[in-house]
Amino acid sequence: MSEFKETFNSSLGKKLIMALTGLFLCTFLIVHLGGNLLLFKNDDGYAFNVYANFLTHFPPIEVIAYILYLCILVHTLYAIILTVKNRKARPVGYAVTASDNASWNSKNMGLLGSILFLFIVIHMNDFWYNYKYTDKVGFKEYRTDLSSGITQSADFMPASAKFENSVSTENNTEIVRVKDLHARVQHSFGNLIYVIFYVIAMVAVAFHLKHGFQSAFRTLGWVHRKYTPIVEFIGTWFFAIIMPIGFALMPIVYYFTRS
Amino acid sequence: MSANNLNLTLKVWRQKNAQTAGKFVTYKAENISPDMSFLEMLDVVNESLVHKGEDPIHFDHDCREGICGMCSLYINGHPHGPKRAITTCQLHMRSFHDGQTITIEPWRASPFPVIKDLAVDRSAFDRIQQAGGYVSVNTGGVPDANEIPIPKVIADEAFNSATCIGCGACVAACKNASAMLFVSAKVTQLGMLPQGQPERYRRVQSMVAQMDAEGFGNCTNTGACEAECPKEIKMTNISRMNNDYFSAKLFRSEELHEQSQGEG
Repeated sequence: MSEFKETFNSSLGKKLIMALTGLFLCTFLIVHLGGNLLLFKNDDGYAFNVYANFLTHFPPIEVIAYILYLCILVHTLYAIILTVKNRKARPVGYAVTASDNASWNSKNMGLLGSILFLFIVIHMNDFWYNYKYTDKVGFKEYRTDLSSGITQSADFMPASAKFENSVSTENNTEIVRVKDLHARVQHSFGNLIYVIFYVIAMVAVAFHLKHGFQSAFRTLGWVHRKYTPIVEFIGTWFFAIIMPIGFALMPIVYYFTRS
Repeated sequence: MSANNLNLTLKVWRQKNAQTAGKFVTYKAENISPDMSFLEMLDVVNESLVHKGEDPIHFDHDCREGICGMCSLYINGHPHGPKRAITTCQLHMRSFHDGQTITIEPWRASPFPVIKDLAVDRSAFDRIQQAGGYVSVNTGGVPDANEIPIPKVIADEAFNSATCIGCGACVAACKNASAMLFVSAKVTQLGMLPQGQPERYRRVQSMVAQMDAEGFGNCTNTGACEAECPKEIKMTNISRMNNDYFSAKLFRSEELHEQSQGEG
């Protein structure tokens, strides 16, 4: 056991932890983006609310969610530990430093990461803490006529404070009652300051992953003449361009189409 | 006396020893030939300082042909100056323009304490090398050359890594003062060849352990080391070192040999 402890306390071991937690967070972002694309479905939040309900009530997802929160904390903690050690390795700084020997984002991962951590705290407070642990999020009832497939939505006030969700069928009509996270998303994305902060955070995530994704593979030792270009392609085009744009479009679209 | 000679302002880091704090002192370097090397320019400045009875600027140098790894100097934000793939002794004054201010600093890293002015103690690299950067060879008859077949790509890669002169520019350039480019070059040059196989996984563990003990920083793959390396050592080596290290630590049954006992 002490050998593993020694391994993960070494410089390379700490980098390994950064790489593995970072890549896990990257895979999460793919799922998160996929799920949140339901926001663009024009159904008064039916699909999105059912999806949010599923995420919070399906035990395996709950387990993965706590692993995810742990990864965020470990990634942050190790970033701080490594930064402190790196500062100690250069107690007296340079008077002149060149800017043309490495990319700006690769040298400012800490700054970008700090913006992202702040974002995650605000984001999780809004859409996770309030959803799960407060009654700030109301309920909605969706009635789908099973013969015609038409869905109608209405606000719903549960009789009991302990009500979480229900699915029932009566008179050939399916009734789904779930928490209306969609309304909260609409409310938040109607606030300009909030939208700007979200877009800035997505720019930060773009620059963070442009460097971070391929850097994680380098740390793992997976550098190969044939495969590294593929890793860099995915890191640049998917993680640094398509994905942040996808996420940023959500607050932008909601802000400009708000009623 | 050429009309093209340069007049320069030098901002030089002067520090008495590792214990005292240093500061920048400004000197004029006048009538400098553009054909001089950077070190020759400093020789000229030092000569005038000696004439004036002042303490000359201390800086490291030896072969003055780019192979010994002794010269250092962090010039205008770049280790070994603004040009790529050369050492400070190979840097010529024609790379600067008349009237330019040149800031000259020592390598800055806590494992490289300043001895005096621009000279730093790089024996931390020697200790890393001693920890495992060797191959053990049995005595006996002289083997024939090329007795062991080695694919050319492997030989090339090992040789490219072996061109590292251990100057420390990678540490100086790195924002984290990490020595991983140096250590990985040494690990690679031996670990890729058949002669280095028996000690391959012990070597990587002991060299990384010594690197950590010396207090170098941690790589964040910025690539500044590769960009500033006078021998153009590739960052791929760092990945190769990581690969060997994780393989040794997580998948192999070999133990780390005792540091204090040295070889054996």
